[in-house]
Amino acid sequence: MGAIGVIRISGPDALRLASSIFSGKDLSEQPSHTIHFGRIVAEDGRLLDEVLVSLFRQPRSYTGEDVVEISCHGSPYILQEVLTLLLRKGARLANPGEFTLRAFLNGRMDLSQAEAVADLIASESAAAHAVAMQQMRGGFSKDIEHLRRQLVDFAALIELELDFGEEDVEFANREDLSALIRQIRTFIEDLLRSFRLGNAIKNGITTVIAGRPNAGKSTLLNALLKEERAIVSDVAGTTRDTIEEVLHVDGVAFRIVDTAGIRQTQDTIEAIGVAKTLEKVRQAVLLVYVFDVARTSPQMLREDLAALTRPESKLLVVANKMDLNPYTTYEHYANEYFSSEAWIPVSALNQMNIEYLKQKLLDTVLEGKVIAGSTVVANVRHYEALLKTNESLDAALQGIAQGLSGDLVAMDIRRALFFLGQITGKISSEDLLDSIFSRFCIGK
Amino acid sequence: MFPEYDVIVVGAGHAGCEAAVAAANLGCRVLLATMNMQTIAQMSCNPAMGGVAKGQIVREIDALGGYSGIVTDHTMVQFRMLNRSKGPAMWSPRAQSDRMLFARKWRQMLEAHPLIDFWQDMVNGIVVKDGRACGVRTGMGLEIPGKAVVLTNGTFLNGIIHIGEKQLGGGRAGESAARGITEQLVELGFEAGRMKTGTPPRLDGRTLNYSRMEVQPGDENPGRFSYTDTPRPQRQLPCYITYTNEAVHAVLRTGFDKSPMFTGRIQGLGPRYCPSIEDKIDRFADKDRHQIFVEPEGWDTCEIYVNGFSSSLPEEVQYKALRLIPGFEQARMFRPGYAIEYDYFPPVQLQLTLETRLVKNLFFAGQINGTTGYEEAACQGLMAGLNAALSVLDREPFILRRSDAYIGVLIDDLINKGTQEPYRMFTSRAEYRILLRQDNADLRLTPLAYRLGVQGTDARMERVRYKEQAAEAIEQFFRRTGVEPDHINAYLESLGSAPIRQKVKLHTILTRPYIGIAGLRQVLPGLDEFLRSQDEECIELAEINMKYEGYMLREQEMVEKMNRLEELRLRDDIDYYQLPSLSKEAREKLSRIKPRTIGQAGRISGVTPADVSVLLVHLGR
Repeated sequence: MGAIGVIRISGPDALRLASSIFSGKDLSEQPSHTIHFGRIVAEDGRLLDEVLVSLFRQPRSYTGEDVVEISCHGSPYILQEVLTLLLRKGARLANPGEFTLRAFLNGRMDLSQAEAVADLIASESAAAHAVAMQQMRGGFSKDIEHLRRQLVDFAALIELELDFGEEDVEFANREDLSALIRQIRTFIEDLLRSFRLGNAIKNGITTVIAGRPNAGKSTLLNALLKEERAIVSDVAGTTRDTIEEVLHVDGVAFRIVDTAGIRQTQDTIEAIGVAKTLEKVRQAVLLVYVFDVARTSPQMLREDLAALTRPESKLLVVANKMDLNPYTTYEHYANEYFSSEAWIPVSALNQMNIEYLKQKLLDTVLEGKVIAGSTVVANVRHYEALLKTNESLDAALQGIAQGLSGDLVAMDIRRALFFLGQITGKISSEDLLDSIFSRFCIGK
Repeated sequence: MFPEYDVIVVGAGHAGCEAAVAAANLGCRVLLATMNMQTIAQMSCNPAMGGVAKGQIVREIDALGGYSGIVTDHTMVQFRMLNRSKGPAMWSPRAQSDRMLFARKWRQMLEAHPLIDFWQDMVNGIVVKDGRACGVRTGMGLEIPGKAVVLTNGTFLNGIIHIGEKQLGGGRAGESAARGITEQLVELGFEAGRMKTGTPPRLDGRTLNYSRMEVQPGDENPGRFSYTDTPRPQRQLPCYITYTNEAVHAVLRTGFDKSPMFTGRIQGLGPRYCPSIEDKIDRFADKDRHQIFVEPEGWDTCEIYVNGFSSSLPEEVQYKALRLIPGFEQARMFRPGYAIEYDYFPPVQLQLTLETRLVKNLFFAGQINGTTGYEEAACQGLMAGLNAALSVLDREPFILRRSDAYIGVLIDDLINKGTQEPYRMFTSRAEYRILLRQDNADLRLTPLAYRLGVQGTDARMERVRYKEQAAEAIEQFFRRTGVEPDHINAYLESLGSAPIRQKVKLHTILTRPYIGIAGLRQVLPGLDEFLRSQDEECIELAEINMKYEGYMLREQEMVEKMNRLEELRLRDDIDYYQLPSLSKEAREKLSRIKPRTIGQAGRISGVTPADVSVLLVHLGR
């Protein structure tokens, strides 16, 4: 509960309802997008609060309907009183997400924007908030729309030679077309990759800490969480049955999964533990491998990394207990599984270099990118549509390479357009024809 | 004097003729009313049927029991399968016909039908009682009773011909316009508009120098349109190609100040894809030449159609410009090109059956709906004729979906999107063109016509069954029969295809790029022997099925995806104005068009994906 509490009323009766409890200017006569000071007076004449009321008349409001927002002083008691008053005057409580649903139904936002709002409401971290905001402002749709425009022009070139092949038209240059598809594919691939990040940011980045027993995993975890204690919460994993800890670094949430130590073992029960660890490692976006510099040989390190590293997850190698062996270097342990960039010497016990580790965690995820400025795909529906788009583009590329005729290549391009359309809206054959007619002189 | 007809067809162009036949072949008694019995089935513009996308439509008409394909086959002077170098979905039959033979053959076929009567008179009004068409009124002051009326007025409704600054009332060169119908329909509440189209000059072939043009012969093995046993042409006439040049363009520009297109005298919208020559020069000033196709009008006439030179400039400007075109130096003109403006009724006022929403049992087909082209007109005539008959017989309507036929695409586009310019079919309008091919129109549509009981489809159905079975047998042969490396590797390598190491099924070889049955049978005697007993048509079908299987499956998948939305029915009595979350435009359009399904609703222009989601939410409640 912040210092100010806002009550939003939306619908054709919003102004009348607000006026009925507001003493100040006559709200029904005020223009849209204005703010008014006044008082909320209870039915028994008691002054409840001094408030600011913002007016938004339809259709230029969030929901597309008349909207009144009452900013009260945020004590739960006052808010409760004002709300109760409004309900008695005929208002009803909004269902979860109802304002957004209305905004969508009134054509105030497209589907991807509406979904972003849902994400926004649910977002826990600053980074997730940034992704959702960017998507809501239409950044994502805009990028897709741009792609689609390019594809439409491309498709039009092919359609031209199909429908007007008998006439004096230039033919689509297959090499140029392939180059264009490859360029679009690369862009979509970036978007697809960003889904991993986007999804990670939305849900928190699954970070697995692994290492042999007594490498100092738990100490490291505690060191990481030390200053964060105040805002750390225990979150029951929604899909997993383990308890995870959440670490916030500069607004990015890391879901940290501690694992049982890994060790080659004959013991059945411990073997199950190891299997479980490997299972968790498989789900990791980020793998933090911890080892004890005093007790680990380069050979052992290499073996562990061979078993744990996966191309899909990013790896940090934490050399722990540096206080015991301060002259240990990357060169001593270097192998093909990690670069010096991933080498992080720490002493968990002494809180040494923990800030550097946190920075590394962040850098590894963001790869130096500023989230707010780049496009991130965070929605499964979009992800699947993009995946299908790329499949279709691949088929088109393959068709061109095999020298297949335009109608077959065009079919795959149209499929690609169809799937992109699932994100932003549809393409019609009119779009193709418009593109043709505006660029080429055809027709007998 | 007249019995009560089941169906009265007004107009005897491509749409009217097919409409009359379609209704009669469902057993209805039909009257074909035309202003002039001598001009039945005129090819008012170019003497050709088919072409890209249009050829597919003619095949579809034939598969449904229409006559356009048969008439064309009997009267062609040249046949070409266009787009042969592209995939099978693009192969498009096109024929040049003898204009006079074409009209004569149509009239013979109509006259041979015992259920079709004729009446020469101008229909100037529809008899409407209780919102239902029940006859027509004519210029002679007669009232002819009929249970359903199909209007196919072409360019005749208040037609105005423009040549330079001259304006002549008329529906076609030398023929008068039709009046009365537009006015009456507007009074009944119909919205009418104006459209424009044009036609090029006709030249005297005796004055042309063909040695200065490129010759364009017909195919060596000419195909045909009909799936029945129509004759193949024994000889063919060539067409020729020549080009305009800067000098031609300069002369044409001198007439711009007198062009009705540029002075604003023509109000109607013309098509972008069939522009007049002055339009091409104006809009694409950087192009220094335009292609001209020189097409014969028939076997024993010297009249020549100058395709690509449609114009409404003053006749002397046309004449001077033509003479600067290579081969036309001495050309004499039979008649100048002209532009024609005519009334049409925005087709969003129709249902999928082509019946009007306002008047029951009144159907529109052809240019009156804002389309252009013989093929587009003919297929609407066929569909309107069938549905008029089905309505009179109190039977279920006959509707083709977008995934069934180009005809389905055409009608669905018309009634949902309307059209801003004369609507012509393109393959790019069809979402599923790999499935909508010219070679399989019979497989797609003949069974539907057969089930409807269209007269004459029994024999066609036999052929369809035979074709399917034969193609299946050929496919089986390819899947069963293996081929040894020794027998095929030399051939594969000659085509740049990788040799095989061990025995491989013929089917696998065939699916490689650049490999076709024709080539394979030349090097594999066993295959050749098997195929010798098979029809070419069946071999072609089997080859397409095998070579393009992956593409067809993918497209079939899309069809099923889309058809799910097509199966979500929207009731006619939904009050869209009670759904405040719909956009204003969507509310108006949905109320007017009353889509049958969610899928159809989504194709209406102005209805956004968000509106569709709203409808889905509404349906879900």
